[in-house]
Amino acid sequence: MKAKVIVTPKKTVLDPQGNAVRDAMRHLGMPEVRNVRIGKYLEIDLDGKNVDLEKRLDDLCRDLLSNPVIEEYSIERLSE
Amino acid sequence: MKFAVIQFPGSNCDQDCIAAINGIAGLHAEYVWHKETSLRDFDAIVLPGGFAYGDYLRCGAIARFSPIMRAVVSDARAGKLVLGTCNGFQILCEAGLLPGALVRNRSLRFVCEMVTTRVEVANSPFMHGCSEGTLLRLPIAHGEGCFFADPETLRQLNRDRQVILRYSDRQGRIVPEANPNGSIENIAGICNHERNVFGLMPHPDRASDARLGSADGAKIFRSMMETINANRAEAGSGPAKQVA
Repeated sequence: MKAKVIVTPKKTVLDPQGNAVRDAMRHLGMPEVRNVRIGKYLEIDLDGKNVDLEKRLDDLCRDLLSNPVIEEYSIERLSE
Repeated sequence: MKFAVIQFPGSNCDQDCIAAINGIAGLHAEYVWHKETSLRDFDAIVLPGGFAYGDYLRCGAIARFSPIMRAVVSDARAGKLVLGTCNGFQILCEAGLLPGALVRNRSLRFVCEMVTTRVEVANSPFMHGCSEGTLLRLPIAHGEGCFFADPETLRQLNRDRQVILRYSDRQGRIVPEANPNGSIENIAGICNHERNVFGLMPHPDRASDARLGSADGAKIFRSMMETINANRAEAGSGPAKQVA
């Protein structure tokens, strides 16, 4: 199984990196840019594909790959 | 009295911590490699600054799963004093021993400078002899030291007087200009609800000798020793034997 995990800062958390990129985009001729949020993208290859594996992946997304205090995550499962 | 200084791969203030602690009469510090599993022989635990595991993923995110962290968590829950400076603070937050999180500095810049911090709570276990409003000069050096907590957590921190240090100007005023990293409410250091775990972004280890510009950091290590002695005297076992 392949999984894509996307981790993004929570809306309530200041994202200065996103703001800097937003400002640069506006500066480079795209005043339409309203907001930019920068997160992380992880591509994970796993052996097997079953409910238990998905459950354990979800647990690790919460415990390791993201910090629930400041981030949210989503998992997209892709079969091989 | 024996302090443990945990060494993670990527710690780089472990020697500073050892030197600062060993410079205080009555204290003796030893390195403990992160693969160890017990801290039974130590009276207090220090998580030093640095870049444990290269700060990969998030600062402290991988270090919190090091084998030694089980012992840090269980000893903390049992009431042992635990101090985390800089990267150590980040690890304590990731491990859930302290609330909140440390995120990228608002300026996006790595800040390396001497700052003034104001003691917000008198006579806490880590600030014996410091009255409220005492100013400490301490150095900071970090790129991700902006303290964040959600509104409810922040309310609790303030209500239970867990904010121990705030960034201030030289007159002790908590003003935005004195905030080096964008931390919410100028927070520089907090303790847990039980008050035995303390994390701060500044480096007391780099300010424990007047020749380095400030000896204010030594107050924190000395205070930890006094707290442990006081707790022992209260428990009836008498003060700890002083190590020469």
